[in-house]
Amino acid sequence: MAITKATNAGFASNKYNNVSADNYYMEPIAKTLVGSGGTSTITFSNIPQNYKHLQLRTLSKSDYSALAGDDTNNMYFNSDTTYTNYRTHRLNGNGSSATSNTVQSSGVQILAAGQSTRSYTGYTSMFGCGVIDILDYTNTNKYKTVRMLAGSDMNGAGDIAFHSSLWMNTAPITNIVINNSVGNFTQYSRFALYGIRG
Amino acid sequence: MAKTATYSLIASYTIPSAAASYTFSSIPATYTDLVLVSSPKVSTNQEAVQVRFNSDTASNYSFTQFGGDGSATFSYRASNVTSIYLSNGTSASNFGTGIFHIFDYSNTTTFKTVLGRFSEAAYVAWADVGLWRSTSAINSITLNVSGTSKTLSAGSTFKLYGIEDAK
Repeated sequence: MAITKATNAGFASNKYNNVSADNYYMEPIAKTLVGSGGTSTITFSNIPQNYKHLQLRTLSKSDYSALAGDDTNNMYFNSDTTYTNYRTHRLNGNGSSATSNTVQSSGVQILAAGQSTRSYTGYTSMFGCGVIDILDYTNTNKYKTVRMLAGSDMNGAGDIAFHSSLWMNTAPITNIVINNSVGNFTQYSRFALYGIRG
Repeated sequence: MAKTATYSLIASYTIPSAAASYTFSSIPATYTDLVLVSSPKVSTNQEAVQVRFNSDTASNYSFTQFGGDGSATFSYRASNVTSIYLSNGTSASNFGTGIFHIFDYSNTTTFKTVLGRFSEAAYVAWADVGLWRSTSAINSITLNVSGTSKTLSAGSTFKLYGIEDAK
């Protein structure tokens, strides 16, 4: 039997919500498509507070060309750049081994928003990507939880990452800022924000 | 104007009997990303379901993956290969699962980047990021099983969703 309804109100309740991926529960909020001049920072401001969760979908490239590789994009909420307010646990795969670590250090990217392929020789037209879920972002009783799956493949190089992150602040998220640690985002990089109703 | 769904089902298919492959064709170019949700079973236990775009069987694909099999973690890379792995199937009673994102699939300037997470409960959980080195817009997706004479089993399901642009 197909699962078509779900409830958190108990079996005696008649309050069921339809369960379907093909519906109006996901709505577009805003998108930034980087133009020919590139940009250093992506900002989503005045984020509407009428959704349950947010999903950020990224496809990005940096203009850094000196060395091969890719980099995870930095992300901050509500202009909070204090590193002790964030923590991340990571699982990474580089094509030969899987490793895990936790991060909370000054000057080190903590909260991530996708990966960017660098503009190294031979990397033309290659972009990194990410799907970032920001859960219960308006709740004033909880710290904010973020889940990210992201990666970059450059046909012989690249890596994939799974992050679980925390912003230790109960304020609702109204502003998201994203930048890259080694360069600017190049043309055709795309950052799209969606709201998930619940 | 009637409201349209942001996350829409484009096509859905359930394999009726053992099949060498299945193709989603004539994919509309009206979305920004695609999401392929799979629940496969295959003729040979734990073989991978693989994906190709626009009938391209040349060595224009690559991927980097990582995962765990219940006792150890692994990471693997394949370069200049003829497909990207989508999900593991199983020939036992349980089906594999997979969610596979295809970013900016109709863009004619960039190569195509894909990102997926998959599992087969009795075998492995893993994720991969892949690249199709073509700037062509994706208009078809072909699924088959790695290895000679391997097939998709009856009951395998594949659903293709489109995500509208967040203008």
